[in-house]
Parts: sequence; structure tokens; C-alpha cells
Amino acid sequence: MASLNSALDISGLRKSYGGKSVISGIGFSAPAGMCFGILGPNGAGKTTTLRCCLGLTPPDEGKILLRGHSIPDDACAARAHVGVVPQSDNLDPDFTVRENLLIYARYFGLKKTETQRRIPGLLDFAGLADKETARVETLSGGMKRRLTLARALVNDPDVLFLDEPTTGLDPQARHLIWDRLKQLVAQGKTLILTTHFMEEAERLCERLIVLDHGRVVAEGNPHELIASHIEPNVVEIFGENAVQWAHARRALCRRLEIAGETAYFYCDDTAPIREALDKARVLHSLHRAANLEDVFIKLTGRELRD
Amino acid sequence: MIARLFGKPKPPGLRRLSPGWLPVWQRNFLVWRKLALPSLLGNLADPLIYMLGLGYGLGRMLPQVSGIDYMQFLVAGMIVASAMNAATFEALYSAFSRMHTQKTWDAILVTPLSLDDILAGELFWAASKSFISGFSILLVISAIGLSSLPLALWILPILFLTGFAFAAIGLIVCALAPSYDFFMYYFTLFITPMLMISGIFFPAEHLPRAIYLVASWLPLSHAVQLVRPLLLGEFPKDIVLHVAFLLGITVAAFRAAVFLTYRRLLN
Repeated sequence: MASLNSALDISGLRKSYGGKSVISGIGFSAPAGMCFGILGPNGAGKTTTLRCCLGLTPPDEGKILLRGHSIPDDACAARAHVGVVPQSDNLDPDFTVRENLLIYARYFGLKKTETQRRIPGLLDFAGLADKETARVETLSGGMKRRLTLARALVNDPDVLFLDEPTTGLDPQARHLIWDRLKQLVAQGKTLILTTHFMEEAERLCERLIVLDHGRVVAEGNPHELIASHIEPNVVEIFGENAVQWAHARRALCRRLEIAGETAYFYCDDTAPIREALDKARVLHSLHRAANLEDVFIKLTGRELRD
Repeated sequence: MIARLFGKPKPPGLRRLSPGWLPVWQRNFLVWRKLALPSLLGNLADPLIYMLGLGYGLGRMLPQVSGIDYMQFLVAGMIVASAMNAATFEALYSAFSRMHTQKTWDAILVTPLSLDDILAGELFWAASKSFISGFSILLVISAIGLSSLPLALWILPILFLTGFAFAAIGLIVCALAPSYDFFMYYFTLFITPMLMISGIFFPAEHLPRAIYLVASWLPLSHAVQLVRPLLLGEFPKDIVLHVAFLLGITVAAFRAAVFLTYRRLLN
């Protein structure tokens, strides 16, 4: 399966903790120079997979090749060319923005003069040029994320791991991060992105896998996945007696799903449903194209994961 | 802008130019440097208050202790105890903050450095804190004529040795701690009793034999038996034994700390 131009190759990966299987045989290959998504509900094994890839968790079984380095044996050498944006910020609160970059670069054995030369560019990229001497504590959540991203680039990595990079950010901050990540892909970097924001995955990822209960349940391009797994149109219906109403009109669409007080009609052609809706004035409805979230829900179910 | 950011050539530094622990040590040193003055004063204040309080207070009532003035006796104890405290606080509270609260170690673990490098950096840094703390007391007491130079300068490497031993033990406790509260057990069950029976405040020989034997297996008593004679301008007896004991404790405890920290963080 390993090909020359893949940044990350995993096969037969298994990991269990105390007899409970967290990863039960994962295999995939992330091609170099694109954004590769790892999607899944909470507890699906995303973070454990990332930890295995970085050599932070020894797998019970399986092979991992990161930039051609065998993990975990050769993890230190592989990490020299890898950047990581962790799920929660672990910037150094005792230092300024600039010091955070300088000190982090030392862990890679980079020369101070080299880092100093790169800092203005990194700060520009992160939109933090005017924050160079600010203490980390004074930064907003979005700024901290951007500094974490800049820090992950301090060694000019080929492969960047991002573990839910926009969780907890407001839309403005999120869009800025997305824009920067697209720029990085345009620069030829490989991004390995875990997320449970389907919009994020749809916008950024050229290929992705969906994990659930430690297994790969789907793999492909987001648009292909939508086309192959789900009907193209969705009509959501809610309001008084929406569920009852929907059940009675089950035959008007290919697939009907009920979640709480909302009914989801998945159809190729929405005309019959819309006609029926026109007659039922009290119901509220929303017509939209099917998206990755619909695929995700179909594959991983609607029940809560904590 | 992007061109500059990702401008080649590749940075050269991915070879190991320096030992892996050094950047970790440097990080801690840089943080300390920002608050060096209050930190130094804090290091000095506590032992000096004990020295003045107990030294003058008790010293007036006591005849000579082990053949010397009580103040002279106590000074050596205070230097060793401050070295112990400095390394212990660093390896417990500060290292735990970096491991557990600030997640500084997590950030370092995704660089080419390994957990061994991080722990070694913490070990060296905590020992450096012992050195800084002991050295500043040594300066003060030399200024008031309570040390015998130049022989007392041999205390400086012993401060490091003492620091290494207590840092290594402290890192074990850090690896096992569920929260900061846990450290209280270590202080009340280990550090404080050790302080009482290791010949810091009074000669250990006067203790019941069983307790004296226990004390002879504690790192603090070995450290003080090295420092006290040097402070008086004499060569310590059994130098090799004491040094070997402190080194042995350091190596054994550090290996245990590495094992336990791996189990905690990288499983």
C-alpha cells in the first residue's frame, strides 16, 4: 500500500487500553501535498491515531510510515520535519509571542539566528506581527491558535498534524485559520487534520476517512462520499406534529430519518414533498443540498457520543 | 511574505548539535531569569531566618555542639536543607505544572526531543536551582565570616550532587502525583522527618540507634556530612562513600522516574 508520494501510511493499526479496543485495525494512506481529513465522533479513535503517528503512543499492532520513517522506532527523526497543532493550546504562558517561537525552535536544534530570520514571516502569516512582544496570557483564543500554528511551522515542516484546530473559535477566527491552512497546502505541505466539523472537512480536505469505534467506515473525496453515500437533497421538517406528518408521507422520498422533533427526508427529487408541504401550512421546513454531515450521521448514527 | 516564510534553504540545525536536555534546561532558566531577584530573595530569606532565629536563640543556651558553635553547626545544615528544598520544589510543583497544568512537556514531546531529554533537562535544572540556592547562602555566610575559604568552595559541586539526588526522587513523586495535594504526603512523610533525623538541626548521633541507622540511608545525611566539615575547613571523612551514595540515589531514582513518566504520558 505504501507509495512513494504518500506522507503517511498506516496499516493494520490496533491499540487497546485495559482490554478495551480503541483502534481496531485502521489502515489508510495520506498522499503528500494535500489536506487529509480524519473524521469521527468523540471517542472514535482520532486522537489516539494521531498519537500513534507521532510516536507518542506505541501501537499494539500495525505499521506506520511517516515521511518514510518507521514509527515509533524512528519517531524522533520523523518529528524533525513534522509540525503539530494540538487540540488544546500548550503555548508557554511564561513567555512572549516571540519568545515562544524562539524557544520552541531550540527543541528542533535550530540556530537562533535562523529562527530570528524566520520570525517576522511566521508572525505575518499568523496575523500577529504587532503582537511580537505581547505575553501569551494577553492573547485572545483565536490569536493563541494562530500562534500555535506559527509555532508548528517554526521548523518548516513538510507534514502538519492538526487536531481539531478550530474547536472553540468564533467564525471569524475559524475562517482565518481555514484560509491559512489552504495557503499551506498551496505551498505543498501535507496536512493531516482531525475534526468533527463537517464544514471544515468539506472545505479543506481533498481526501478523508471517517472513523467510528476504531475502524475506518468510509474513505474518499468529500464530494464523492456525498454522492455515493447519500441522496442529493434533504428536506428537514419541524413544527407541531412534524414527526407524525412525516411518517404518514414516508413514501414520498427514498429515505426518512427522525431525530427528536425533526424529520429528514432524503430524496433525489424534492417536488413531491414540497407539494405536500404546501398543503400543510403549520409545518416549518428547510430544503438544502445533502452535505458531509448527512453522510457522517448516516455512517456513525445519531446517538450521542461522550 | 509566504515566500520569505517558507524560503529555502532548509534550516541546518536538525542534527544534534547539543545534548537533548539542554534546550529544556534553557527554557526553565529563561523563565527563572525573568523573576530571578524575587526568587533569589525567597531562596535566601527562609534559611537565613532559621539561622538567625535558631542560631542566636538556641545558640545562646547551648554549649558547643559536636565541638563547634551551634551557629556554625546550623549553617551547614541550612545550606544542605536549602539545596534539598530548591530541587524538591522544582521537581514537584514546578515540573508538575509543566507536565500536567501547562502541558509544556506535551508541546516538547512532538519535537525531535524525547521524554528522556525532558526529564534530564528537568533534573539538571532542579539541580541548578539547588546550586543557586546553596550558593547564595554560602555567599552570605562567607560575608559574615562563617565559612572557611577556599576549602568551602568544594561545597559548590556537592550542591549539585544534592540537587541531583532530590530532583531525581522528586521526579518520581511528580510522575505519580494525581494533583498538587499529593505532594503534601511527600513532605510530611519523607522530607520533614528526614530534616529532623539527618543532622541538620542537631547531631544525628544522639538519636536512638534504630533511627540513626535509618538516617544513614537518607541522602540528606550524606550531603550534610560532606558540607559541614568543608565549611569548617576540614576534609570530610568517607568522601567516596557519601558521593557514591548521592550518585547512586540519583541514577536509581532517575531511572525509576523515567520509567514511571513514560508509563504516565506515553502509553
